[in-house]
Amino acid sequence: MSLARREALAGYAFVVPWIIGFLIFTIGPMLASLYFSFTKYNIVDPPQWIGLANYEKAFSGIWDAIRTGDPRQFKDPLFWKSLQVTIYYASIALPLNLALSFFLAVLLNQKMRGINIWRTIYFLPSIIAGVAVTILWVRILNPRVGVLNPFLKDVLGVQNPPGWLSDPEWAVPALVLMGLWSVGGSMIIYLAGLQGVPTDLYDAAKVDGANAWQRFWNVTFPMMTPVLFYNLVLGMIATFQYFTQVYVATSNSLGGLGSPQHSTLFYNVYLYQNAFRYFDMGYASTLAWILFIIVLILTALIFRSSDAWVYYEGQLKGRG
Amino acid sequence: VRKALGFLSSFRSTSGSDFLLKGITTLILASGSILILIPFLYMVSTSLKDPAQIRSDSTSLLPRKPETVDVNGTLEPLYRVTIDGQVREYALIKNIPGGLGQFVDPARPDVIHELRIRDQKQLYRWDVHWENYPEAINAMPFWRYLGNTLIVTFVGMAGMLFSCSLVAYGFSRFRARWLNLLFLLLLSTIMLPSQVRLLPMYILFQRLGWVDTLLPLIVPQFFANAYDVFLLRQFFMTIPLELDDAAKIDGANPLQILLYIILPQARPALVSVGIFHFLYAWNDFYEPLIFLHTSENWTLAVGLQTFDAIYTINTHLIMAVSVLMIVPPILLFFFSQRIFTQGVVFTGIKG
Repeated sequence: MSLARREALAGYAFVVPWIIGFLIFTIGPMLASLYFSFTKYNIVDPPQWIGLANYEKAFSGIWDAIRTGDPRQFKDPLFWKSLQVTIYYASIALPLNLALSFFLAVLLNQKMRGINIWRTIYFLPSIIAGVAVTILWVRILNPRVGVLNPFLKDVLGVQNPPGWLSDPEWAVPALVLMGLWSVGGSMIIYLAGLQGVPTDLYDAAKVDGANAWQRFWNVTFPMMTPVLFYNLVLGMIATFQYFTQVYVATSNSLGGLGSPQHSTLFYNVYLYQNAFRYFDMGYASTLAWILFIIVLILTALIFRSSDAWVYYEGQLKGRG
Repeated sequence: VRKALGFLSSFRSTSGSDFLLKGITTLILASGSILILIPFLYMVSTSLKDPAQIRSDSTSLLPRKPETVDVNGTLEPLYRVTIDGQVREYALIKNIPGGLGQFVDPARPDVIHELRIRDQKQLYRWDVHWENYPEAINAMPFWRYLGNTLIVTFVGMAGMLFSCSLVAYGFSRFRARWLNLLFLLLLSTIMLPSQVRLLPMYILFQRLGWVDTLLPLIVPQFFANAYDVFLLRQFFMTIPLELDDAAKIDGANPLQILLYIILPQARPALVSVGIFHFLYAWNDFYEPLIFLHTSENWTLAVGLQTFDAIYTINTHLIMAVSVLMIVPPILLFFFSQRIFTQGVVFTGIKG
């Protein structure tokens, strides 16, 4: 056996664990869920082929709904509601998160005494994300016994502080607020990116007489767009998988999961409901595949549009 | 005007503007960090209050109780009042309409002073209820949940480190026609939403009789994952090939090179993926919720959520368990901060 061949075989041998896992836990289940999405399947009885009926359930009524402006025309209004909730959250949370975490990263990138203490404080919430944090915030936001509304009322003078998670209008903003507390997770990625910006670029800009703002706008920002872009894609995908916070905040409430009035019925929450509450595995698989296609399209869109605003270092060198 | 301009322009000089910038930065960072820390403080203080304190004094960030004093056989709240410019400690014995109250000197309860309550300062004393912690632990199968969480976290971590080291080594040190393509395939799974494979996995695990055991949370870790393979591969590539070559000349086989050359060099990378895995497994709620059904198999995350549902009114106990749940990640973070930030800097992923 030739040396090259032996090397190749050894290489394949080392990646075998992943290949097996990929077949059993990724490709196999993906194909299976694609198949289930064309069936009626409740786990107990064998899957029963129903063609495109699940997809039809999700999408039919769309023209009538658009024409009449009446969401009741949808065959499955909750599917559309869940899309709306998810996109609504993303459209508030992502820009806010992006701006705030980038701003904090720029501040925390300065050479100052004690800067590590600040970094630690801001990063802290993101390492404990999950059930405990949501339970805490549900209490803080509680309009009757929480601490936020008395603060808004007595200190900031807000006359009628919102009902937050108990108010359909304010439930999503409440979740956004909760997410902003853990902004340190994306902040640290920007910080890493900022520290990767070569200092000679700043030196060159200084020699050219650029002030701090010009240095930020012409050096820092272009160099950071790949990281911005990366966080944008992942943030979008994460929103479509948003689950734990809603489950912890609403599953024990009067209205149940996704309450009040379905205002927190995120896409993934609706998927979970179909799969593990109604055991409608067929429709849940359809929702999973629609989610997969949405994520693919979003990723492709962001990748394509990125040409217009993302600078990679090679390009920058080419320009300079 | 000229003076003012001169003053302003002094900030234009490098050191001056630098000073101003740092001042503003510190100001913003300090006020922001108060917003970050208050919820933590609220969590800890609530876990140390008793239900009466939570009801009557819910906005206080300190576990405290109104100071009381015996007046004619009943306990009345004590205030620091100002009468004729003199400060005294008086008891409030009766509220009267209009925000007024009847105050008395505890030593001479017959002389009543009518004062505006909001102008007087109520006195408090520390009242810390450490017993909430044992009570909370006993109110739920805490040790059982902790044990399950530790098994899932550490056995999974071992599986992840084992499989990802092998795979990352395969992708970083060998040339073969399909390896690059396979690596791209691996990377593409980072974007894949897990829901698209979760339902058939649930059905598969159910057929295997694994649902409601810890196996669905542990076994997949033994088959590598894209994040950690990517991180380890990046690190392995920075280890000089000369080391491999020297070992090869000494007759070492690829497995020995991995064990004795690569892994010892890659300790920082292994530690940081290990920490990331700890945080992920410790905090994970979605998969344990789906795969674990009976109480005795739950992890802390699921157990705490259910505890919250059952004991809703016992905020102090729920907060005590919440504090216990966030302490290990925070401790881990503080003890490994340097490696941790290096890991984040290195990959910039896994938020």
